[in-house]
Amino acid sequence: MKDEIIIAGFGGQGVLSMGKILAYAALENDLEVTWMPSYGPEQRGGTANVTVIISDEPISSPILDTYDTAVILNQQSLDKFESKVKPGGVLIYDPYGIHHAPTRTDITIVPVDAMEATIEMGQAKSYNMILLGALLKMRPDVPVEAVVRGLKKALPERHHHLIPANEAAIRKGMELVKE
Amino acid sequence: MKDNVKLMKGNEAIAMAAIRYGCDGYFGYPITPQSEVLETLEAQMPWETTGMVVLQAESEVASINMVYGGAATGKAVMTSSSSPGVSLMQEGISYLAASELPALIVNVMRGGPGLGTIHPSQSDYFQATKGGGHGDYHLIVLAPSTVQEMADFVSLGFDLAFKYRTPSMILADGVVGQMMEKVVLPEQRPRRTEEEIRRQCPWAVTGKDHGRTKRNIVTSLELDSAVMEKNNERFQRTYREIEKNEVRYEARYTEDADYLVVAFGSIARICMKAIEDARKEGVKVGLIRPITLWPFPYDAIREAAKNVKGILCVEINAGQMIEDVRLAVSDSVPVRHFGRMGGIVPNPNEILDALRRDFIDKPANAKED
Repeated sequence: MKDEIIIAGFGGQGVLSMGKILAYAALENDLEVTWMPSYGPEQRGGTANVTVIISDEPISSPILDTYDTAVILNQQSLDKFESKVKPGGVLIYDPYGIHHAPTRTDITIVPVDAMEATIEMGQAKSYNMILLGALLKMRPDVPVEAVVRGLKKALPERHHHLIPANEAAIRKGMELVKE
Repeated sequence: MKDNVKLMKGNEAIAMAAIRYGCDGYFGYPITPQSEVLETLEAQMPWETTGMVVLQAESEVASINMVYGGAATGKAVMTSSSSPGVSLMQEGISYLAASELPALIVNVMRGGPGLGTIHPSQSDYFQATKGGGHGDYHLIVLAPSTVQEMADFVSLGFDLAFKYRTPSMILADGVVGQMMEKVVLPEQRPRRTEEEIRRQCPWAVTGKDHGRTKRNIVTSLELDSAVMEKNNERFQRTYREIEKNEVRYEARYTEDADYLVVAFGSIARICMKAIEDARKEGVKVGLIRPITLWPFPYDAIREAAKNVKGILCVEINAGQMIEDVRLAVSDSVPVRHFGRMGGIVPNPNEILDALRRDFIDKPANAKED
């Protein structure tokens, strides 16, 4: 088992955090994992992406050119990474703010209305967790229970009261993926 | 999951390993991409547990001179920075070497020259291995490629520094500093007592008396050239000892290799993926990863190169280590460079393409340019 994942969007959307929570979940599940961020000097507004590799074997390169799975949060990242998904791979994206939808036919494209759902749920900050839910539905690399344990590791203790809300957002994201 | 397996960044691993080594003092100044070293130490507050001093100095120049002062008293002290900050430290590093003081310096390299970029690079190879500061000196230079090695090389760096009374350097880069992966931290060791320091470091300035009959003076100044030459000869004897005893490298798939990749630090593991992909296509490529950049594994590379048709040096710079690789093989086989600069890190496909372009796809009788 090996899943090479790119998560990409704007800084401030929770791209690096989503990857971090996934990485902690992989650790909880005794899998090998690397988390490699790439971002500019700005905290918000610039593009940010993170490569997360989950495998049951030791991982050599933490940096890749093509991916099994892409989670895309803005147009710039879609333009950059659509062509980098391996044939047969999965591309998850939020159509919110996307003007040119992905067009490839040799990969599974999964639109997830995460922004819409986050407004409906009234918790804007769990936007990234909805998309993580969609990712876990498409790629059950780790069980949701491990992700919740991962949240405990990734979040400072003062934020632990938010874990149920995050879990709800993850489950919402799983539901949003149409069978 | 085993309780002792942690997920953390390479920079965080350095900080945690320093506390657990029983390090006495850290002096540093923040700079991306290594700021997590100081941040982690401040968050851990080791001054309340082991008694380790953590101090944010006013500059890198101040940091390295605080290291000099701490090291002179026999304490295990360190600093960390990134490329422009390490340039500022070069005078102090030369003084440490000349005063035969043990210390650990960490450079998490970013793209240069100048203030450059915050993104990863390996363009300080020359500075780390060939001097950087003035005078005939060497640092022991360790190049980690995993977060585990970031942690392990803290104790190795300190142990070698004290064994040979010379500063050692961890030459990491923004990739291995910023990435997270699994790590097992060493057990907590107690800091050495004053008594142990006096016993293990009879050269240290530990205060008056304690039964010493002679004053200990730590200095790099010697105006008598005859004495200064003797000092230099002693430094050189130490360096020959280090070259004899401390060469470290990793060899992968070298037994049957037709082509050899030589790479250090984070790019070596990116090369490993390219090598695995090449082997799937039936092309036999091997890897030598120098772990000590000084002393450099000349013999291992010479040996591994005996039956290969070409060597590709992959570095995140314009080609620096390649000079040592060419020295190792005396140009008996073609040696080519592949690298990116300015903070761009090559991906495995680019490395495989470079291997194809320079060697695999070249007809065997093609003329060398």
